[in-house]
Amino acid sequence: MSRSLKGALFKGLLLFSLFVGFLMLAVLLVDVFQDGLPYLDLALLTNPPSSDPEIAGARPAIIATLYIGVLLLLFVVPIGVFTAIYLEEYADKTRWYNKLLEINIQNLAAVPSIVYGILGLAFLVRGLGLGRVLLAGAMILTLLVLPTVIIAAREAIRSVPDSIRQGGYALGATQWQVVSRQVLPAAVPGIATGSILALSRAIGETAPLIMIGAVTYISFDPTILGPFTALPIQIYSFLRLPQAEFKLLAAASIIVLLAILLTLNAFAIYIRNRYRRTW
Amino acid sequence: MTEQANTIEPMSLAEIAREHGDESVSNREAVFQVNDLSVSYSGNVAIRDVSLNVYRNAVTAFIGPSGCGKSTLIRCFDRMNDLVPGAKVEGDVLYHGADLYAPDVDPVEVRRRIGMVFQKPNPFPKSIYDNVAFGPRVLGLKGNLDERVERALHQAVLWDEVKDRLKESALGLSGGQQQRLCIARCLAVEPDVILMDEPASALDPISTTRIEDLMHELKREYTIVIVTHNMQQAARVADMTAFFSVEVDEETGKRTGILVEYDKTAKIFTTPADKRTEDYVTGRFG
Repeated sequence: MSRSLKGALFKGLLLFSLFVGFLMLAVLLVDVFQDGLPYLDLALLTNPPSSDPEIAGARPAIIATLYIGVLLLLFVVPIGVFTAIYLEEYADKTRWYNKLLEINIQNLAAVPSIVYGILGLAFLVRGLGLGRVLLAGAMILTLLVLPTVIIAAREAIRSVPDSIRQGGYALGATQWQVVSRQVLPAAVPGIATGSILALSRAIGETAPLIMIGAVTYISFDPTILGPFTALPIQIYSFLRLPQAEFKLLAAASIIVLLAILLTLNAFAIYIRNRYRRTW
Repeated sequence: MTEQANTIEPMSLAEIAREHGDESVSNREAVFQVNDLSVSYSGNVAIRDVSLNVYRNAVTAFIGPSGCGKSTLIRCFDRMNDLVPGAKVEGDVLYHGADLYAPDVDPVEVRRRIGMVFQKPNPFPKSIYDNVAFGPRVLGLKGNLDERVERALHQAVLWDEVKDRLKESALGLSGGQQQRLCIARCLAVEPDVILMDEPASALDPISTTRIEDLMHELKREYTIVIVTHNMQQAARVADMTAFFSVEVDEETGKRTGILVEYDKTAKIFTTPADKRTEDYVTGRFG
């Protein structure tokens, strides 16, 4: 086989791989939009679910998903960033317990989400006695994406060159001053991007929420300490109903979920590009 | 042409040194007294048994080949070696007679008195103003911050170039300007000593000349220690020069820096006492 033929074959393979991914995405989008667009109206956003598909909406689920998103960020960003600061800036990396921490965080990121659901059921819903409430859902999703945020924040902190730290120390700054005034501001783009991507992963999660019992039929606006359902679960609930119209309503809800996720991701990309720094 | 340059250079070095060196320096007060100092990183000895004095309002240069420990030594003066995991400092460094490594000495306090300029300009990714103001702000220094920033920029001979764009990013400055900004940043906290670790090695010749001129100005008010690869630079700016070399252990192959000779710059470049110094400054080695 000639060398140029090999090259052409390899390029073809690359294009094919690319094509598979794009084709899947295109089929998904076309299918969802075909089914869902006619049902994508204001009623979907403002009405609660109903047995009548003509007036049924996903308002409680959308609101719950937004609540969960906000709570999640409030929980996960400080915990994740502080953990990352400790591991990168304060921890003596030669100590065994710090090495153990590192390995554990890497492993936690790979734990299946259903396992977090079980943990949430056992410790938050029953152990802490929170019940099957929105707060418990937000907390369990926080634990789920915490390792991702820690890893992203660590990478962002590590990408701040040491010369900046040294420059700060050489002027008589304390470690906390160097971290808070030099390292963290420089790491904000990476931390923000990682947090938003973690958020969009959490918002799309279904399994842990099913596990802690967020599958109830909710026809009223959720509260933080009340029962709730989330958008992915609402989609699942619509699909389980016998009438064919609900399948279309589910497709319309999928469009809403996709819109939220794509907006978040676009925002993350914007932040990354806006604050990208070259040293 | 090149041959001529080779034969002339050692001579001119000596001449430069004679012109610039200040003869009375070693009678002055010693800012640092180093006694039998050894530094090791995770057991590898970087520099061994150094003893020398750094004198007030003088420029002291550390010269020598790569790996001779001159940067390691200068980082003992502001305890920057503390930031390196596994670094161990043995022996004494006295600063105005007080042990810099005494258990009750806070390295943060040391660094507010002893400033440092690094090899590669390292401006913070902030505005020019905020770079200079960083030190006074973190130290909570009293007084008008604007005046302090302006004074520091004047001292670093950067004011005229940046006065109209103080709010712009420091990363937009040229390499030479960035390095003078780092010097201004260091001056803004009014240190006692300025340590410079090869401050001009990443700069073009014109910027280098400006930094050197600056050192002549600054030594009136400050004590300066400079590490340099460039012997002409040492001859031009330094009053005292220390020559370091590398000793290779024949059994283990480990390389350790040692102080070969420390004297007035004019002496080092004209009539060095040690053969190794002579070989180095005349360009036969290194």
